[in-house]
Amino acid sequence: MTQNKINQLFNTPVTVVNLGTTHFGEELQKHGTPVVHVDWQPPAGGDARLLAALDRLADRPEIQAANTEAFNRMMAARPLLVDMDLAGRVIPGMGERTLLHAGPPITWERMSGPMRGAVLGAILYEGWAADLAGAEKLAASGEITFAPCHEHQAVGPMAGLVSPSMPVFVVENATHGNRAFCTINEGLGKVLRYGAYSAEVLERLRWMADVLAPALTAGIRAAGGIDLKQMIAQALHMGDECHNRNKAGTSLFIRTLAPHLVRAGVEGETLARTLEFMDKNDHFFLNLSMPFCKAVTDAGHGVPHSTLVTTMCRNGTEFGIRVSGLPGRWFTGPAQMIKGLYFPGFSEADANPDIGDSAITETTGIGGFAMAGAAAIVQFVGGTVADAFRYTTTMYEITHGENQTFTVPHLNFRGTPTGIDVVKVMSTGILPIINTGIAHREPGVGQVGAGLVHPPRQCFEQALHALAEQYGEGLAC
Amino acid sequence: MYYDSVILMAISRTLTELDGVEEAVVTMATDLNKELLAKVGMSTGEVEQATASDLVIAVKARDAVVMDQALTVAEQKLAKRNQDTASTEAPPRSLAGALARVPEANLVLISLPGAHAAREARRALLADRHVMLFSDNVPVAEEIALKELANQRGLLLMGPDCGTAIINGVPLAFANVVRRGSIGVVGASGTGTQEVTSLIHRLGEGITQVIGTGGRDLSAAVGGLTTMAALDALAADPATRVIVMISKPPAPAVAERVLTKLAGLGKPAVVHFLGGDPAQVESRGLVAGVTLADTAKKAVALAKGQPAVQQDNGVSTQLAAREAAGMAAGQRWVRGLFGGGTLCDEAMFLLAPVVGGVYSNVAVDPNWQLPDPLVSKEHTLLDMGDDFFTVGRPHPMMEPSLRLARLYAEAADPEVAVVLMDVVLGYGSHPDPAGVLAPAIAEVKEAARRAGRYLAVVVSLCGTDLDPQNLAEQERKLAEAGAAVMPTNAQAARLVAAILQQRNGGNNSDTKQD
Repeated sequence: MTQNKINQLFNTPVTVVNLGTTHFGEELQKHGTPVVHVDWQPPAGGDARLLAALDRLADRPEIQAANTEAFNRMMAARPLLVDMDLAGRVIPGMGERTLLHAGPPITWERMSGPMRGAVLGAILYEGWAADLAGAEKLAASGEITFAPCHEHQAVGPMAGLVSPSMPVFVVENATHGNRAFCTINEGLGKVLRYGAYSAEVLERLRWMADVLAPALTAGIRAAGGIDLKQMIAQALHMGDECHNRNKAGTSLFIRTLAPHLVRAGVEGETLARTLEFMDKNDHFFLNLSMPFCKAVTDAGHGVPHSTLVTTMCRNGTEFGIRVSGLPGRWFTGPAQMIKGLYFPGFSEADANPDIGDSAITETTGIGGFAMAGAAAIVQFVGGTVADAFRYTTTMYEITHGENQTFTVPHLNFRGTPTGIDVVKVMSTGILPIINTGIAHREPGVGQVGAGLVHPPRQCFEQALHALAEQYGEGLAC
Repeated sequence: MYYDSVILMAISRTLTELDGVEEAVVTMATDLNKELLAKVGMSTGEVEQATASDLVIAVKARDAVVMDQALTVAEQKLAKRNQDTASTEAPPRSLAGALARVPEANLVLISLPGAHAAREARRALLADRHVMLFSDNVPVAEEIALKELANQRGLLLMGPDCGTAIINGVPLAFANVVRRGSIGVVGASGTGTQEVTSLIHRLGEGITQVIGTGGRDLSAAVGGLTTMAALDALAADPATRVIVMISKPPAPAVAERVLTKLAGLGKPAVVHFLGGDPAQVESRGLVAGVTLADTAKKAVALAKGQPAVQQDNGVSTQLAAREAAGMAAGQRWVRGLFGGGTLCDEAMFLLAPVVGGVYSNVAVDPNWQLPDPLVSKEHTLLDMGDDFFTVGRPHPMMEPSLRLARLYAEAADPEVAVVLMDVVLGYGSHPDPAGVLAPAIAEVKEAARRAGRYLAVVVSLCGTDLDPQNLAEQERKLAEAGAAVMPTNAQAARLVAAILQQRNGGNNSDTKQD
């Protein structure tokens, strides 16, 4: 019995994995033996405490099973766009003076420029203050409840501000019944999500609530549930990665919705302006791909023993992650600066640290993780198509599985890497790659560029320690 | 013409980085972009007239020359077609990543630093892969745990500190190209195993599998876990008709177990315990190899169905006399500069009784431990592959030039009669060790001649005609440099002994015995 596998080896062509000196790998290659060289890095950066935590979580069948369970739940989710309504009416736990924001929890004092700007804009939009000075006073007064979107089944790009009288898309996961919410994307330039609060911004928001949202609501209801999963799958094959590029998704959505708008009786100038508004905003679909992802990841959240990441988000000051097996807990670190390209007249000196809930796309296996299929987007970092391939293929090392719906044609329709595993991130030292926009650090200026960013390592280190404490085998060191 | 805004942003950035360019914007003339251009003072009447399908290249430059240059760069960039084929995949960053990519991989070769090596070896075993652990500095408790895990799962764990193996004809780490045949080898020593397997090839036979166990496998603590598994596997392997085992003398209890096992396998076996007592082996009805070369010869004889008798391994007294002839009075010591640890050991075992004791940095007898490895004393044989010499440096088998400084130093010593070196060919080793050593050998011999001395240089050359270095060519280079090139390490040691005896007027006939 013992020698069985060894004798099998004697009768099988040898294929080698080389870990360590490249020399031996090169020699095998010279000999003509198939060999894969591993570009090995010390796990957990060689940190003894983290290594001990990794060892306590390694090769545990119940963890593997829990991760498969969380992954399968995410794969089984089928989020449909079913409705629109006012945030205050549909979002659970949204109190009267509550403002939801992107990222992990944060106080007014610690908010970055664009986040503060968006808060002030939301206060003015709600009419809780008459002017800017009043809004600032109110924001600092403690009378406003600030809460992460993520803790209320919602997501928001950039500042991600959601106030009670904003209309939100209602996405419902037909498989598990959970819902996710997101506001309507305002477009580019001076917009609330980048912290702008001028009259023009508030005017647009009011038009969106008064004219656009009722029209969209009628169309969405008439459509009777729009399958976002299929739409995203198609958009990915059309060059989107559904985070930083949403041209295809936006087009597909307009194409799908248009007849329903007409059928629902939206007509004349309202119909024209509704279609035009969506058409003029290449990122309109982002605010649908995000709640889709939120509905998917929430379905995979709360599986005991699971080490899969179900949230990655930033509030402009901190980056936060949440882990399926550790519900209710945030693991945070400083939000990073984004490496990328700037619009004319702007430079890194203008940039705010990483901000927004949009990294929920990467958490779900699209965005930066699907870059191989969205070659155009890689130019944001002055990269090449080969870089895009490398970004996606590298992410397979830190994910639980391959997406069953979202595929990359150029990788022979391989499923995108999906289900970030904290243990794999710390074992390999590979941080998730996020493809994102850059906000100006002053409120109200807007987007100044776009690029790539990683979460801070601390988030994963803290999560690893917490997982080891809760689920690890043996005693803590 | 439509350009993706992202591509245009990249071109803008390139232009902005040009010396003398203050600001550069390459963009489609959409309303939004025209507004942006106006804001940074880069709009003209022409820009205002442009439509969304027009491309604007706006540059604020120091002078007309810079402007021209910027426009040229912009045009080149716009014209450039993406040439990368986008098929490159980054190398995997982890064992799991590699296995996901190449699921058919069945053997993991690990040469990471010790602390990490054991972790990754465990991962590999748990992923049901065989492991060759080249790394040393793995704690013995880890070694035992890994070997027990391997045994539990029926997997092969070679090492830690395993320098050579040949599995299914694939040379792993440091290994020679040896034809396939009927001899299976289990070796606890690296270069000892290379010497035996190369000689098996040179004697016209071949090997089935060469399994390395690591130097500590037959210690009392480890108890031969890998050796026992390897012997079982070779016993069950129909292609293996003769078994060879090479090791330092095992711990007594382990020797007992291993010899009992070997005696019961039903296949003829040759056992060589370096510096051990052949009677211990022979008492079990097994064949004892006296030297590495003798081990190879006896195994080949058994494979050919012939009796494994001791053969005459004497060296040519004429050659010894010729080498000793031109030496000056006072030339009397041998200095050995080895890359192979086992080859160094073997030379010591053969030389010490004849010359009356040999100092070494790896002496078995503490009385003969060289006080300072950097300073030779009387007869000295150095294992230059030992940690003392290799910390922070490549192994001398990979980088033979590391022995050159010591060669020059020893050759300049007027009391030195012979320099003894090994050259080990095969995969893993330097692509042309003779090419590195030969010019230095010629140089030191010439320097000795000018100083009125004759310096003998004896080289044992380990390798096969199938090795990538070209055995014949290596031998030719060394011989042309004036070295006496011996086909076995034992013969090289015996030649040295004979030369020294000539110097000291000793009895030549001693060297004719094995």
